[in-house]
Amino acid sequence: MNDILIQNGRVIDPASGLDAVTDVAIAEGRIVEVGKVSGQAREVIDATGRIVCAGLIDIHVHCREPGHEEEETIATAAAAAVAGGFTTICAMPNTHPPLDDEAAIQYVIERAKDVRLARVLPVGCITKAREGKELAEMAMMRSAGAVAFSDDGDGVASTAVMYRALQYAGMLGVPLLQHCQDPDLGRGHLNSGAVAVRMGLAGIGPAGEQIMLRRDLALLERTQARYHVQHVSTAGSVRLLREAKAGGLAVTAEATPHHLLLTDAACAGYDPVYKVNPPLRSADDVEAVRAGVADGTIDCLASDHAPHSAEEKELEFGLAPFGMISLECALGLYAKALIDTKRLDWPGLIARMTVNPARAIGRDLGTLAPGAVADVTVIDPKRRWTVRAAKVASKSRNCPYDGWRLKGKPVATIVDGQIKYAA
Amino acid sequence: MTAPRHFVWKRKHLVGLDELTAGEIAHVLDTAESFREVSTRSIKKVPALRGKVVALLFFEDSTRTRMSFELAASRLSADTVLLTAKGSSVAKGETTLDTVRNIEAMGVDIFVIRHGQSGAPHMLAGKVRGSIVNAGDGQHEHPTQALLDIFTVRQRLGAVAGLKVAIVGDIAHSRVARSNIIGLRKLGAEVVVVGPPTLVPSAITAMGCEISHSLDDVLGEVDVVNMLRIQFERFGSNLFPSVREYSRIYGLNAERLGRCRKDVLVMHPGPINRGVELTSEVADGPNSCILQQVTNGLAVRMAVLYLVSQAGP
Repeated sequence: MNDILIQNGRVIDPASGLDAVTDVAIAEGRIVEVGKVSGQAREVIDATGRIVCAGLIDIHVHCREPGHEEEETIATAAAAAVAGGFTTICAMPNTHPPLDDEAAIQYVIERAKDVRLARVLPVGCITKAREGKELAEMAMMRSAGAVAFSDDGDGVASTAVMYRALQYAGMLGVPLLQHCQDPDLGRGHLNSGAVAVRMGLAGIGPAGEQIMLRRDLALLERTQARYHVQHVSTAGSVRLLREAKAGGLAVTAEATPHHLLLTDAACAGYDPVYKVNPPLRSADDVEAVRAGVADGTIDCLASDHAPHSAEEKELEFGLAPFGMISLECALGLYAKALIDTKRLDWPGLIARMTVNPARAIGRDLGTLAPGAVADVTVIDPKRRWTVRAAKVASKSRNCPYDGWRLKGKPVATIVDGQIKYAA
Repeated sequence: MTAPRHFVWKRKHLVGLDELTAGEIAHVLDTAESFREVSTRSIKKVPALRGKVVALLFFEDSTRTRMSFELAASRLSADTVLLTAKGSSVAKGETTLDTVRNIEAMGVDIFVIRHGQSGAPHMLAGKVRGSIVNAGDGQHEHPTQALLDIFTVRQRLGAVAGLKVAIVGDIAHSRVARSNIIGLRKLGAEVVVVGPPTLVPSAITAMGCEISHSLDDVLGEVDVVNMLRIQFERFGSNLFPSVREYSRIYGLNAERLGRCRKDVLVMHPGPINRGVELTSEVADGPNSCILQQVTNGLAVRMAVLYLVSQAGP
């Protein structure tokens, strides 16, 4: 007998090209059948009018553990993930201490096992202590379970270090995730332009992102590495990526909800909830990032969920830290930015939240093919709901979408064949 | 004191000129006009703020703005308390908001705030019960400086609308420039900002001003030249190669003044670097109104403290 039978949903599996109203059967933690299933199951989910897809994957989440457990923990991040329809999240390594060795990677994996909600896949640092000087022990971290490497929060400033990192990670077959920002040009608080000038705050111009991306693409041509661009925020970067992909380079990229929905105009009232890195850009950049996602230049959607305490976000704009949270409402935000605007249909959106991010980190996830791990998300594409920052499962409240009306919500999240969230 | 022109002032805070309408700016100036006379009396005091407490919170150093506000408050018969960043709880790691809330708990009606962070008064305005008066926030606004500048222009040239004003120097990092641009544009003056591109962001044109990189090009066509102070601490950040070169291109000397309109008004928010922005001959000459600006600052700040204290809760 099957453990779970999901009946009569619109089953969308971009990995196999499937888009049909049918059933999905799960047994012993695996997908056993996709198609009209007869017979009994211990649990039956009626998915009429719902979308059934592989579990959503967010490859850019700050879990803050170890070090800042007052802002988020692996447990609360995983709870936020399943509430947002995500069965897999990648934990960024800019913790305290950073995830820059085998023991730190093992710690995250053990904590995630104890929590037993979403899969939490650790990302290790590219360089020791994220200092951009010496390579971290990537091979040992990979053996311990690191799925990628990143100094996220900062780009790897030294060209020589980045070149070595690409060579070395290329040998391991593990992707490097780069936060593209030239540090010399990055010492501001929001996007350069009329808003920053009027506010009297130093800006972070688009050139700083493009300079590092351009450099990395030149290095990538000379290595066998896999390279992924985090949180693409500028029209210029989208253009560079489009050219690089046309030239056959092994590059993937992600876009965040905020770079698809918000502009620097939101910062004008000095509310630090809108302070994020890379910063909110212009309306033209938002349009370019949307177009990049639509045409596949940007393969993945990722939240860059970055929790911060109320104390930290109650400071002056220039003193507050960068970052905003969106893990639980990400799906509705992407739908608003990409489906409501007719940039994508549901299969297109789901590809960018399942199989594409799985491929970017080289994992065999993100599909409903029989035999695959039973990570499944059921979505009600018509459900209208209101974001309530005060009620999120995340430990922090720095959510700029508080009060937003969204359409589209996960109603069941199944990880390893077990229902972890139902609404 | 009665305010002129039956205008009902409703603002509890003065955080910037950006928030004010042209009518409100004119009302502050008119009110200042009526307070100017107080300073000429033998007993330089009116009871307008008797029993009120004005806290002067100077998180960033200042001499003349602080003294000007202190004197303005005392001429209105308010009690004042002063906080300076050095030796205060700020140095012990207290946040701005906590510092202000603690002082408010002692019973303060008006907070005059100078702060190094742009937007600090905006943040506080929504979170305290008293009035917030911005005495300069980071590189954002310095509304009372612009009001006293505009007051002085109006006093010397009769009106503001239709004038062309050059603001010269480090526009990028200047709160005086921003408030002046906003206020002058609202009152119908044209503004041209002058300096090298490293000190004049191109996006400043969104505030309604023109940009020129040549002082010599604009001198002949302006009614007012407001020379900003060059901050030597910026030196070394490659914003300009040397003070000598800056002064050569953007300094106002007698020869350049000779190419201006005869009645051109020369302003400077102070403190002056003599021989850099202005030669002594120009700073102390008949076209200069620098000391008049300081005198007017008192009347303008009296007007601001008086008006915000009159607004409802």
